[in-house]
Amino acid sequence: MIYSYYPGCTLKNKAKVLDKYARISAQALGFELEEIEEWQCCGAVYPQATDEIATKLASVRVLNSAKGKGQDLVTVCSACHHVIKRVNDDMRQNEDIRTRANNYLQLEEPYTGETQVFHYLELLRDKVGFDTLKEKVKNPLTGRKIGAYYGCMLLRPSSVIQFDDAENPTIIEDFIRALGAEAIIYPYRNECCGGYISLKEKELAGTMVDKIMDSATYKGAEEIITACPLCLYNLKKSGEANKLKVHYFTEILAEALGLKDE
Amino acid sequence: MQKANTEQAQLVKEISNVDTRKCMKCGKCSASCPSYEEMDIRPHQFVSYVQNNKVNELMESTSLWKCLSCFACVERCPRDVKPARLIEAVRLMVIRQKGQNYLLPDEVPELLDEEVPQQLLASAFRKYSK
Repeated sequence: MIYSYYPGCTLKNKAKVLDKYARISAQALGFELEEIEEWQCCGAVYPQATDEIATKLASVRVLNSAKGKGQDLVTVCSACHHVIKRVNDDMRQNEDIRTRANNYLQLEEPYTGETQVFHYLELLRDKVGFDTLKEKVKNPLTGRKIGAYYGCMLLRPSSVIQFDDAENPTIIEDFIRALGAEAIIYPYRNECCGGYISLKEKELAGTMVDKIMDSATYKGAEEIITACPLCLYNLKKSGEANKLKVHYFTEILAEALGLKDE
Repeated sequence: MQKANTEQAQLVKEISNVDTRKCMKCGKCSASCPSYEEMDIRPHQFVSYVQNNKVNELMESTSLWKCLSCFACVERCPRDVKPARLIEAVRLMVIRQKGQNYLLPDEVPELLDEEVPQQLLASAFRKYSK
């Protein structure tokens, strides 16, 4: 199966390992990620205002590109997924946004939200299947106590994102178990890490990171995985709490599949 | 001033597409907000300020720069009021004015370290500048 792939800006630079291990793991699991040509940055935050159109156009172009190839669209970064999926929902549900975006883009055929958007983790759950993934594991992560950090963008608002139960998600824990590790469930796994606020107000982000790290440590996690480059940065750099190791989920995926460089 | 405030409140409602009359003041948005302690006007109060046409006060509020857009308030509101969209609308009304950007390019170099992800810069510029 071939999917259109939108890596996003950070996966081309500071989060190269997130991208690299997503691609090589996909090959091992039997699907292919075909990077969209000339994609543009999604903007990293969803434009909530009713009168913002220009800030949604990069997402519409990506979605329309996947539509042109007759492929579903796959994202890995939480922020890219959040923005593109919500803009796609706007194009399906909101006639005003749909009309204004299409007037601007002047596509051969209007885009009306036809593309299906998947996060990579959803592919693992819904297309590959965690049972199949478990069978493909060559180096089970036995004995490791790993906490999933969902953050906010993968889950909310659940009415649009439809990724998992927003208050009690299980997808990343199921992923961890499929790789042979112990999934540590802790209360703050779906609370915000501070997001973009860490650029100007590191102290405020730090208080949030401390709560997350304290919560995970208290429950027995020895490491944390995430899908979001900004979450990874904040969890590593902000706050004073005992720091756990933080990895991208694709790193432990590749490790378990026997594909990771040492 | 009152007339201007009324017009501004209408603009907030148009930009946000939020019906503030749905709020039943349960406070769940503020209880869910990770920035609650840092805000001078809390999410549930924000809704009330718009409802009562007190937008000038909101435009001067530091809460505009504390909202994380984590959508906890949106997810957990039992009446689907979406306080985050109101904060977004007022924040936009501020930064769309000349000279009101909260982040300037000249400030960025001293805020960087080697690991700052592009996503952080992109999102901060989207939130703090027009």
